[in-house]
Amino acid sequence: MHEMSLAEGILQIVEAAAREQGFARVREIRLEIGALSGVEVEALRFALDAVLAGGVAAGARVEMIDTPGQGWCMACGQTVAIAALYDACPRCGGYQVQPTGGMEMRVRDLLVE
Amino acid sequence: MCNVCGCGQGETRIEGDDPAHAHEHDHPHVHGHVHEHVHEHVHEHAHEHVHADGTVHSHPHAHSHSHGHAHGHSHGHVDHGHHHDALHGAEAAHEHAHDQLHAEGAPHEHHHYQERQGDLHYGLGPAHAHAPGMSQARMVQIEQDILGRNNAYAAANRKWLAEHGIFAVNLVSSPGSGKTTLLVKSIELLKDQARVAVVEGDQQTSFDADRIRATGAPAIQVNTGKGCHLDAHMVGHALERLALPDDSLLMIENVGNLVCPAAFDLGEAHKVVILSVTEGEDKPLKYPDMFHAADLMLLNKADLLPHLAFDVDRCVEYARRVNPKLRVMRVSATTGEGLEAWLAWLTAGLDQARTAREANVALLKRRIAELEAQLAAKG
Repeated sequence: MHEMSLAEGILQIVEAAAREQGFARVREIRLEIGALSGVEVEALRFALDAVLAGGVAAGARVEMIDTPGQGWCMACGQTVAIAALYDACPRCGGYQVQPTGGMEMRVRDLLVE
Repeated sequence: MCNVCGCGQGETRIEGDDPAHAHEHDHPHVHGHVHEHVHEHVHEHAHEHVHADGTVHSHPHAHSHSHGHAHGHSHGHVDHGHHHDALHGAEAAHEHAHDQLHAEGAPHEHHHYQERQGDLHYGLGPAHAHAPGMSQARMVQIEQDILGRNNAYAAANRKWLAEHGIFAVNLVSSPGSGKTTLLVKSIELLKDQARVAVVEGDQQTSFDADRIRATGAPAIQVNTGKGCHLDAHMVGHALERLALPDDSLLMIENVGNLVCPAAFDLGEAHKVVILSVTEGEDKPLKYPDMFHAADLMLLNKADLLPHLAFDVDRCVEYARRVNPKLRVMRVSATTGEGLEAWLAWLTAGLDQARTAREANVALLKRRIAELEAQLAAKG
C-alpha cells in the first residue's frame, strides 16, 4: 500500500505524544496491523527506518502485533476466520462474508524514557 | 498525515495556491520545533511521575534527570498500592490491567504499564525495577489509528458537505479506465438537472481539470507531486476554493491507482470504482481493498465487449466475493450505454443530500423560533 504515508502518520503520532507526555526517546513502538489491513509489514518496517531516523524514535524497536482476520458469514450467521478480503467462509464456502476484524492500523503503545 | 506519499514531501499543489503556503500546511512540525517542545515537557512531566501523590515541585533543568530517578525508585514502590486503590478500587487493580492485555492477545514482555496516562509509572518498567542512576523506561499507551489525522479531516469535510446538501462521490480506478471521459459525459447529461463541480487529482499537469472546465463546470486540479492518492486535507483545501453552491454534486476524481486511495477517506458519500473491460476481469481479486471500499462499480467501455474475451459475470462474481454489497452497472461513456442508471443513481444521491440539508435547516429554524419565544417571554 502506501507504507511511506503510514510511516509518516506513525511519526506524527509519536511526536505528538512526545510533546504531550514529555519523553525524549522512544525505545520501542508497538503497532497493531490487521491481517486484512492491506499493509505490507516489511515495506512498513523499511519506511519506518527511514522516517524515524534523527527524531525521538530513531533506532526504536518496532513490534508489529498481527491481529487475525475475521468476518461475519451471513449464511452461517457466525464469525469465521478469514485471511483475505476475498476469502470464502471456511464453513460453508460462500462469499457472503463481511470483514469484522483484522482491519486495524493502530499505534498501540510506546516504551519511552 | 503528510500530504504526499513518502519522499515527495511538499510537492502537493492545489491550483491557485501559493506553493510556500501549501508546504507550511503539510509540515507544520519541523524537527527543530519538536525538539524544543520535548525538552520543555520532559521536566514537567517527570514531576508528575515522581510525585504522583500530588506534590508538585519545580526543579531546575539540570536537576531533574538524576533527581527524578533517585526519587522515583523508592517512591514508586512505596506508593504502588495507593495508586491502584485510588484508580481502580482495592485489590482488583493489578489483575484488571493484566486481564485486559491478555484478552487482546498481546505478547507478554511489556505488560506492566498503567492503563491511564500519567497515573503511575515507577515499578512498572519492563523489569519492574531499575538500578539507581539508570534511566527509567515507561510505557505510554497511545491507541490511535495511524490514519486518524486523515480521518479527522475527512469527518470535517463530510460535515461541511452535509450542511450544504452536497452529494460527493470519490471516483477511483486504475489510470486509463476512462474516468475523465465518463465525468465529462456525465456533466453534459446532468447540465440541466444539477450543478456539478470537480476536484481532479493527478500527480502532475492540469490536463484533466482543463477538460472538465471545457464543459463549463468548475474544476480544481490537485497535483499530488509524488503522492499516489488524494487525502482529506487536500480535498478540504480544494473545497474552500471551489465555493460550491448548496445542493450541488461534487465529483472527486482520485489519482489513477487501485491501491492507496482505498484507505483514504475524503469525506465522500460513496467511493465509486471504475473498471474498464479492457482491463483484467480478475482485478477485484488482485486489488481487493479498493473493491471492498467502494459501494458502486462501473464497468466502463462496455461498447468494446464484443471485441474482447472479458467475462462480465466472472468479474462481477469476483467483485462480490470481496464486497457482497457492491452494486454494479455496465456503462459506456463513449456510446452512452447504461448511463441512465448511473445518472439516476447520482440524482437519487443529490435528492437525499438536499432532503437531509432541508430537514436540518427546518430543525434549526424551529430551534431559533423556540429560543426567540423564550427570549420574548422573558422580555
